[in-house]
Amino acid sequence: MADTAVETGAEASGAGMPQLDLSTFPNQIFWLVVTLVVIYLILSRVALPRIGAVLAERQGTITNDIAAAEELKARAKEAEAAYDKALVDARAEAGKIVDEAKAEMQAELDAQMQKAEAEIAAQTAESQAAIAEIEAGASEAIKAVAKDTAKEIVAALGGKADARSVTAAVNARMKG
Amino acid sequence: MEGELAHIGAGIAGLGTGIAALGVGNVAGNFLAGALRNPSAAAGQTATLFIGIAFAEALGIFSFLVALLLMFAV
Amino acid sequence: MAETTQSAEGGLSFHPLDQFEVYRLFGEGPVHWYTITNVTLWMAIAVLCIVLLLVMGTRKRAVVPNRTQSIAETLYGFIYTMVEDVTGKDGVKYFPYIFTLFIFILMSNFLGLLPMAFTTTSHIAVTAVLALAVFIAVTVIGFVKNGVSFLGLFWVSSAPLALRPILAVIEGISYFVRPVSHSIRLAGNVMAGHAVLKVFAGFAQVGLLIAPFAIFGVIAIYALEVLVAAIQAYVFTILTCVYLKDALHPSH
Repeated sequence: MADTAVETGAEASGAGMPQLDLSTFPNQIFWLVVTLVVIYLILSRVALPRIGAVLAERQGTITNDIAAAEELKARAKEAEAAYDKALVDARAEAGKIVDEAKAEMQAELDAQMQKAEAEIAAQTAESQAAIAEIEAGASEAIKAVAKDTAKEIVAALGGKADARSVTAAVNARMKG
Repeated sequence: MEGELAHIGAGIAGLGTGIAALGVGNVAGNFLAGALRNPSAAAGQTATLFIGIAFAEALGIFSFLVALLLMFAV
Repeated sequence: MAETTQSAEGGLSFHPLDQFEVYRLFGEGPVHWYTITNVTLWMAIAVLCIVLLLVMGTRKRAVVPNRTQSIAETLYGFIYTMVEDVTGKDGVKYFPYIFTLFIFILMSNFLGLLPMAFTTTSHIAVTAVLALAVFIAVTVIGFVKNGVSFLGLFWVSSAPLALRPILAVIEGISYFVRPVSHSIRLAGNVMAGHAVLKVFAGFAQVGLLIAPFAIFGVIAIYALEVLVAAIQAYVFTILTCVYLKDALHPSH
């Protein structure tokens, strides 16, 4: 079998292994160098910069997107914070306004009450003064009426009433 | 006679490929043993693994080449 | 095996190395350096595929990529990270060269797996040029960047003084063996895989009893070869990066 292989191999390739056939070396080396130069030129001029640019661009896009997302997130947070602050402010303001209004109303109320009380007190005093006057007037009138009546009664009974004693009696009675 | 001796020599040289296989197995096996013990460090050492395998296999290829030379070029 | 031998005599033909032959595409005669051969054809196809993948595929410059652009970007990112990780920040400016090597080897390996294809990377002449280019470039960069201190790569200052000359010899040998192993690893892997594929394919013509196993073997080896095609491109590239790192930062 090996003999066959040797014979056929030897027949086919002449000098054994084609790899060791020195006559084809210049050809292979020449075309290899041409190929490598062509590949190198294509790669370094066109392909590699392009792929590098695409990769960089993708990286840039991803970075940008992430940055944009971060920024949007920050902005949203900011907006939320501003909203919260506005809410708190508004609440505080509202509370303040309510308090103020309450205080104002209280003050007004107090003032009115005081005024009303004062008025009431003044009227009460006036009324009492009036009543006292009326009372005084009335007792004078009663005294006069009682003196007159007592004089008349004494006169009618036939006695002669001394004005001074009648007055003293009436006064004593009135007091009594 | 000389050609037959060359064929015998080629056969002996061919044994070298099998011995190189032992070497490759040794490299890969030890790598695997180490990698299973410390899997986190394994990923960084695959390049070393391939270099080791390449060196071990190169010697097997050399013996294969010798066998071929004896078969076809002598 | 006896049966195989019987069949072999009955017309079984193994031509595992025929696929590697270089021949003129047009006309008869010897292969000159400028002759258009199958090497030219398959390298041109590789260039075409690279253009389709990396230039046409990325034409839209879409921020959300389609499939082709996604592949191109993955390859770009993969190699870029590798260069950056292995050689450091100052190695990034060599990225186009490294990517050229990688994409050429990867594309040639994959194209070579097509049936009836010629695999350019299976030839020592091709891979030796690639590896020598890396070797020379790395050596020149090392001396330009570091001057004489680049030789410190061979003078292991952490070792005892008595051992250093010996280590220097060993380091020197390993340094100069680099292009050899670098090129033969790639060519040998690809050639071995393709030759084995052909051998299995040859077994398939032996008989109905063996053919299913042979075809299963072909499928299995083919799957392995797809893996090897990618891994060898990766290995070639990462070794280039490692050598470049040695040139840029020679201290151990």
